[in-house]
Amino acid sequence: MPMIEIHNVNKWYGDFHVLKNINETVEKGEVLVICGPSGSGKSTLVRCVNRLEEIDQGEIRIEGKSIHAKDQDINRLRAEIGIVFQQFNLYPHLTVLKNITLAPMKVKKIPREEAETTALALLERVGIGNQAHKYPVELSGGQQQRVAIARALAMKPKIMLFDEPTSALDPEMINEVLSVMKDLAREGMTMLCVTHEMGFAREVADRIIFMDHGEILERGTPEHFFTNPQHERTKAFLKEIL
Amino acid sequence: MDSLWQWCTGLFANWGIVWRNFDYLLVGAYPQGPLGGLAMSILMAVVGIFGAFWIGLGAGLLRLSKRPWLCWPAILYIEVIRGTPLLMVIFWFYFFAPILMGHSVPETESAIVAFIVFTGAYVAEIVRAGVLAIPKGQMEAARGSGLSHAQAMIHVILPQALRNMIPSFVNQFVSLTKDTSLAMIINVPELTLAARHIYTRTMKAPMEIFLAIALLYFVICWVLTALSRRLERHLARYQARTAHGR
Repeated sequence: MPMIEIHNVNKWYGDFHVLKNINETVEKGEVLVICGPSGSGKSTLVRCVNRLEEIDQGEIRIEGKSIHAKDQDINRLRAEIGIVFQQFNLYPHLTVLKNITLAPMKVKKIPREEAETTALALLERVGIGNQAHKYPVELSGGQQQRVAIARALAMKPKIMLFDEPTSALDPEMINEVLSVMKDLAREGMTMLCVTHEMGFAREVADRIIFMDHGEILERGTPEHFFTNPQHERTKAFLKEIL
Repeated sequence: MDSLWQWCTGLFANWGIVWRNFDYLLVGAYPQGPLGGLAMSILMAVVGIFGAFWIGLGAGLLRLSKRPWLCWPAILYIEVIRGTPLLMVIFWFYFFAPILMGHSVPETESAIVAFIVFTGAYVAEIVRAGVLAIPKGQMEAARGSGLSHAQAMIHVILPQALRNMIPSFVNQFVSLTKDTSLAMIINVPELTLAARHIYTRTMKAPMEIFLAIALLYFVICWVLTALSRRLERHLARYQARTAHGR
């Protein structure tokens, strides 16, 4: 059974048709990179998967179960899907450690000691084990984004959504975040990544889709995508970005 | 010139009356009789702001709700109160409370309820503005991790918002401290009524008596404002620390 199935999804913001009849399937352990110019609907698509945005038509299923079903507990759904944002969105009033333990303790009712042990292990894994008691603002952008990834992983999600995770970072910090994401991909996490990092896409993606004006114009393996794109719009985009 | 000076000093010659009655200005007839004077004014302001905080927090959060049946009652409450003089609210509670409750309600209690209800509407607007000022990404991150709306509010949004609201709360408290003088209209023995009592008893020295209570109000409010300014400086440092975090 596929991890994520997106069927005939349409979404409008008023008159603006932001997602046009989107169909896509993501298998367990697959890394799907979504790229495209800004305003193409790629962030919206990713945010529909955990219902931070609602779709108007169609259906999204996770492990065969519709996320729009009446009996679907939206908080449980989100507890199983981690999301990492462009602007990190760490909680500035909480230490790094508390940023990470908040959701496990409140949503999953995990005891504090256990949640903290897990959090410290995750911080170690993303390479900032010594920053647990600092506040987010005391960290660099790259470190903050790695905390955000650790925060998402603390819920032990089945799927990780990345919404332009490196777009707000200074260039020298991009790689430290990408390397954490690469590790995650190698460990078999199912990932949806909106990104402009074509090096990352080439190296890690199982498949790439290209979106423009709310439509998927091109899809394929990285090799197909970079060497033999079919659509004129994709060719123009690649020319600009590479 | 000389006679003008004499006239002026004559106007303020009776400070003795103020000094002899100073304890009455501070605590009223207490401990022989009921508490009054400045102590009563401060008591009403403190109880008032404390009650208004909870009413305002509730109304402010309801006002933010997207559900019309939660949001509209809050809008109605806030707008009605904000469009009404405090004196009118004090009268409502003074005259209607006995009708509603079926027995008489002491003036002080009814005045305090009026202060809570009145100030609550302003606190609600402070709360609303404070919550709206928190970047949208904070709620998205919290909801995205599986927290319910209420959990996100309690653990993520409100701790940040309330900290930013502290200076506005203090302003509201200063306003309320001065506004407690209106309670004299329903015979609450607070500072302004105490001053009037002294004047009607002695029929002397109105300038001195009312200048004295003006000074008392001023000192209290000035101390509060000074504290608030220190707090604001402290919070500005906190915000500088977090502004980058977005």
